[in-house]
Amino acid sequence: MFENLQERLSEAFKLLKGKGKITENNVREALRQVKMSLLSADVNYKVVKEFMDKVTSKALGEKVIKSVTPDQQFVKIVNDELIDLLGGKEHGLDLKSRPSIILMVGLQGSGKTTVAAKLAFWLKKKSGRNPLLVADDIYRPAAIEQLEILGKSIDVPVFVGDRKDSYKIAKEAVNFATMKGNDVVIVDTAGRLQIDEEMMKEVEKIADLTKPDEILMVLDSMAGQDVVNAAAEFDRRLTITGFVVTKLDGDSRGGVALSAKYVTGKSIKFVGVGEKLDQLDVFYPDRMASRILGMGDVVSLVEKVQENLDKKKMEEMEKRLRKAQFTFDDFQEQLKQVKKMGSLSSVLEMIPGVPKMKNIKVDEDQLVHVEAIINSMTKEERANPGIINFSRKKRIAAGSGRTLSEVSKLIKSYENMKKMIKQFGKLEKRGKLGKFPFQFK
Amino acid sequence: MAMLNFLKRGLKKTKDGFFGRAISMIKGGITAEKLEDIQELLLLSDVGPETSEYIIEKMRKEKGDPVEVLRNTLIDLLGIDERLKFSQIPPTVYTLVGVNGSGKTTTAGKLAWRFKRDGKRVILAAADTFRAAAIEQLKEWGKRAGVPVIAHQMGADVGAVAYDAVKHAISNGIDLVIIDTAGRLHTKDNLMRELEKIHKVISKLSSNQPTETLLVLDATIGQNAIQQARIFDKSVGLTGIVLTKLDGTAKGGMILSIKKELGIPVKLIGIGESVEDLRDFDTFKFVDALLE
Ligand SMILES: Nc1nc2c(ncn2[C@@H]2O[C@H](COP(=O)(O)OP(=O)(O)OP(=O)(O)O)[C@@H](O)[C@H]2O)c(=O)[nH]1
Ligand SMILES: Nc1nc2c(ncn2[C@@H]2O[C@H](COP(=O)(O)OP(=O)(O)OP(=O)(O)O)[C@@H](O)[C@H]2O)c(=O)[nH]1
Ligand SMILES: [Mg+2]
Ligand SMILES: [Mg+2]
Repeated sequence: MFENLQERLSEAFKLLKGKGKITENNVREALRQVKMSLLSADVNYKVVKEFMDKVTSKALGEKVIKSVTPDQQFVKIVNDELIDLLGGKEHGLDLKSRPSIILMVGLQGSGKTTVAAKLAFWLKKKSGRNPLLVADDIYRPAAIEQLEILGKSIDVPVFVGDRKDSYKIAKEAVNFATMKGNDVVIVDTAGRLQIDEEMMKEVEKIADLTKPDEILMVLDSMAGQDVVNAAAEFDRRLTITGFVVTKLDGDSRGGVALSAKYVTGKSIKFVGVGEKLDQLDVFYPDRMASRILGMGDVVSLVEKVQENLDKKKMEEMEKRLRKAQFTFDDFQEQLKQVKKMGSLSSVLEMIPGVPKMKNIKVDEDQLVHVEAIINSMTKEERANPGIINFSRKKRIAAGSGRTLSEVSKLIKSYENMKKMIKQFGKLEKRGKLGKFPFQFK
Repeated sequence: MAMLNFLKRGLKKTKDGFFGRAISMIKGGITAEKLEDIQELLLLSDVGPETSEYIIEKMRKEKGDPVEVLRNTLIDLLGIDERLKFSQIPPTVYTLVGVNGSGKTTTAGKLAWRFKRDGKRVILAAADTFRAAAIEQLKEWGKRAGVPVIAHQMGADVGAVAYDAVKHAISNGIDLVIIDTAGRLHTKDNLMRELEKIHKVISKLSSNQPTETLLVLDATIGQNAIQQARIFDKSVGLTGIVLTKLDGTAKGGMILSIKKELGIPVKLIGIGESVEDLRDFDTFKFVDALLE
């Protein structure tokens, strides 16, 4: 009934053997690939080097879980460390003052003006705040008009002052907000290079004058190797409180998020995912980590194996298998484990190095039928299949809605499996076989 | 030399003389360790893992002064400088395309200023009717350059803007039409089709146009630039690149990969935010700045 299935599974699980501990030797290839991947994601070279050194020394000696290779487990460890690093506590905005000032800063074209408006919309909608936008970019052509148009579209007032003196505009805006009862003031500033001394002094002074609760640096997710230097310098001079990473609706890998967090320790608070003003999202470290690492399939394989293979049960089952005590209860348990991992075919597909199975369709209906048959057995029958005689078979068939011959075939397969297990046991004693914890035969 | 100074200033500020050290190091001959330093230098300049590998391979194999090998490899990758072209039959049409915030509108303004200064009759076309105040921004640049701006209102059909601009140029003896388009991520099919439509409209009015379709790339961005170039090229056929914001500390090393893989040359660089901050690309200067 399921010879094919047996073959496929045994072949697949042969590949899934535990290989002891992580050593420098057995993760060399994964290490190389992870580094390449991070560099392609534009994570700063020095950050890649340092971060990987740390992760590697931490991972060395760690036990490799059964069913995955050291390489795979290593990738998963890197992923977890990335999430850890990108995570951290303070992701929300800390708007304690009244009015509370948020200062937007960053390089040219990163998305400051757009994010300023998006934040105003967000605070108004989600927190019932009454924001004021301040057009304090007096340099870029039509920067003020841009913010005015954006403010109008979300029905948030925009303070423009005299359109000339950025210090005066900032100061007056705060007074204006106090007077009008705006509880949040979002100040848009001009784009500037971190090496432009005059412009850096300007923004320092604006920060001094307004005493912001939040100074958010806006980073373009497409940023290359150098932008982390800008982030470090902005932080050094302004003590920023966090980052907003924009344009993540594209296909950039966003390595700058990692570099900036790594170097400054400041959190990413929001992400921009489009040009429209409602396209602002809170930051999810796990999503960002997998985007930067770009090895999601390996990570989710390891995760699924970790999460879903109930280790104790599996070990117990292995013991019983070896003693050839395998019953239909055990069989049912195995089916459940497979089901928990998603569909059988999806499990097979995720296993690296199983390309030849790709075009073989596993009949998942078959599994459902097998389960139905087992479910129709009594407790006694499952524990002690020897007692299943003809009349019991008939009852089981009727109960499960399967034919008598299907029931017979299943029981026949079970008996074959038991025989196989005995043989495996013997072979293993002679040292010819590795462990086969997950055999259907 | 103004550009070189700009580039040099940027280099010194971030690298603490590292490039200089690396170069003097390999002068004595190459070791594995020194190659690793060169690789680091290249990677930190956004050359990217693959092209860096390629360059290091060359250095490993080729004989001669390693500094020269390195320099020549980079120069070979970039090829001979190419300049902006003009149409035999006026008007010449340039379109500026690229992702959001790369510097298209600013570059349009700078180009208008340059050619107006050179005595050409220039108009700007505001084919970004989407971004807030994009039209006002271009109009301001038109004022600075002293050239007229053909514009419709916000939200208008951009094909119609392009049509009007080219048509106007044909009937009024205009030499050069510079079309500013909206920023769009290359992953957005609908927006890429809109760009194709603009090009269709232009070529219908005047065959072999636009003369130049320039991808405006921000030098601070990284490896994503390659994919941008690939997709924009596939969509509208790029004739060149404008590498902006080179007055910062980023090196723009990703243009090596773009040239190597797609054959698209950099024709111009942006080195600031005012009208005169535009230069023709110069391979030698670029490479020297990279390796200083
Ligand atoms: N696709 C996409 N585009 C964005 C996003 N955020 C901003 N943009 C676009 O990026 C471009 C630049 O955004 P701005 O908000 O003007 O950037 P800025 O930092 O204020 O620019 P300067 O003031 O010139 O320094 C515009 O075309 C925006 O529409 C985003 O999350 N996704
Ligand atoms: N430092 C520096 N800034 C530049 C350069 N070119 C453009 N910028 C700045 O980059 C920001 C974005 O430039 P824009 O010309 O508005 O970019 P764009 O591509 O038209 O943007 P969208 O239309 O929103 O996609 C502005 O603040 C410009 O002043 C340059 O060469 N150097
Ligand atoms: Mg702005
Ligand atoms: Mg523009």
